[in-house]
Amino acid sequence: MGTLLDIKNIETYYGLIYAIRGASLTVEEGTVTAILGNNGAGKSTILKTVMGLIEDQPDKGAIEYMGRRIDGMDTEDIVQLGISYVPEGREVFEELSVRENLLMGAYTRKDKLGVEGDLERMYEYFPVLRERETQWAGTLSGGEQQMLAIARGLMTRPRLLLLDEPSLGLSPILVKEIFKIIRTINDEGVTILLVEQNARMALNVSQAGLILENGRFVMKGKSEDLKEDKDVKEFYMGVRSEASLKGYQRWKRKKAWR
Amino acid sequence: MIDFLQIIVSGIAVGSSYALMGLAMVIIYKTTEVPNFVQGEMALISVFLAFMIINSYGAPVYVAFPCALAFAAVLGGFLEFAVLRRAKEPNILSLIVITMGLEMVLMGIVSWKFGADAKTMPFPISPYDSVALGEIFISGLELLTMLTALVLMIAIFLFYRFSKLGVAMKATQQNKVAARLMGIRTNRINLLTWGMSSVVGCVAGLLISPVVMDPYMMWDPMLKGFTAAVVGGMTSLPGSVVGAYIVGVIEHLFGAYVSIEFKSVVAFAIIVLVLCIKPSGLFTRHYVKKV
Ligand SMILES: Nc1ncnc2c1ncn2[C@@H]1O[C@H](COP(=O)(O)OP(=O)(O)O)[C@@H](O)[C@H]1O
Ligand SMILES: [Mg+2]
Repeated sequence: MGTLLDIKNIETYYGLIYAIRGASLTVEEGTVTAILGNNGAGKSTILKTVMGLIEDQPDKGAIEYMGRRIDGMDTEDIVQLGISYVPEGREVFEELSVRENLLMGAYTRKDKLGVEGDLERMYEYFPVLRERETQWAGTLSGGEQQMLAIARGLMTRPRLLLLDEPSLGLSPILVKEIFKIIRTINDEGVTILLVEQNARMALNVSQAGLILENGRFVMKGKSEDLKEDKDVKEFYMGVRSEASLKGYQRWKRKKAWR
Repeated sequence: MIDFLQIIVSGIAVGSSYALMGLAMVIIYKTTEVPNFVQGEMALISVFLAFMIINSYGAPVYVAFPCALAFAAVLGGFLEFAVLRRAKEPNILSLIVITMGLEMVLMGIVSWKFGADAKTMPFPISPYDSVALGEIFISGLELLTMLTALVLMIAIFLFYRFSKLGVAMKATQQNKVAARLMGIRTNRINLLTWGMSSVVGCVAGLLISPVVMDPYMMWDPMLKGFTAAVVGGMTSLPGSVVGAYIVGVIEHLFGAYVSIEFKSVVAFAIIVLVLCIKPSGLFTRHYVKKV
């Protein structure tokens, strides 16, 4: 299948804040790749950098999509190439109806029939959206807004979908549902780069995983291996091993990664 | 009773041109959040262009007016592209200063080119011939203004409600980053918005020009339109229209029953009153963001 996205040693600044400190990552076509990391690690920043949302960034490094440099391109052009980003916190158009939100996802598409078909498909993925079709998006619940944001992102017909913490703030049942949908979307051929704090779910759905700390990847591997890793278990899945009950040891072990 | 009805109808007629100015300002504010105080002068310069085309080149009105409208569209887009877009993350005060500054520049250009004296626009419909609607009299021009405003309002409403571009304009205003992520070129949206708004303002200007035509002709209608927009909450199209009718009617009632000298000032009393009672405007149903 080959490599779809190739991020080569990028560095990103917000003004003087050095947020991404040399990060490399490849996403293989057809897979789900997960980036794990705590709050403030820089997960969203990596996705925003890929989308060209941070002006004049990345400062260093290169980003290739299907073998072609995309760093420095306008967000609107990157979207046209087939990358779709579902931002953290949903960011739906609050005073547009659910249907209008979805149609905005298809803004650049000319294939009317295809759009109609995709709209129908989204309503099948997320039946609640059909019920809310004419309602303002801002009146939906958090979970419904998340579904809408994902569906809207899919309406662009992406080849690569970037998902930023889709499970954030959702009830356990909804989290399960969202991950089921992620599975389905991937089965239908969409490559996914998933950012999550919910490590357990993310590693279950993905084939490859990376762990980000302070703007650097500290671990990369197959998801099945990461799931069994002691440190990952302890720091990201909340499984404690007896020896590390003391904070000091945690700190020491964490240190060893850098 | 007939007197009273007559006053109401005249109020609505004059309110119609305020409504067009109000709509023009709301269109820009809705998408780009700029309080556009150069709105009147964008129309002014376009109206004088029509005048020049007619006078200097002997072109008929039906050629000159479309030229003016096309020029207005280009001018609006140009100002957005050349000036407003250059202001990086401006606050409301700097936007007011920028648009006021442009206002003075454009008015200066018109005064310098055409002089400050009043002109007469050769308009096909006279503002002085009256049409009788039952026992109420209304000038042909007033009737035309009312109808034009009505048609334009409906067209704009349908545009925002049903066209893809119109919905994209609303989306851009609600969440610019998300709009870009949909592939919507928000810079282009802003440019088109300014062009469209400028055309609406120019229509108002052309309809006002047979009555008064000098470099200051748009100042009063623009402020009244702005009042109407504020009354309507700055982002509501129907709100600004209703606001404009209210301003027009109250102005006429005040002129007839209280004081003709202070008729024009009533609008500002209305602004103050609205800002005291319901600062978000009388007609907003703005969805309040959950934080
Ligand atoms: N707009 C911004 N301006 C300045 N600093 C920012 C901005 N966004 C994020 N940061 C900083 O960059 C770092 C990474 O943030 P982010 O990518 O949002 O982390 P994550 O998504 O992993 O929680 C944090 O230290 C954060 O404070
Ligand atoms: Mg984040």
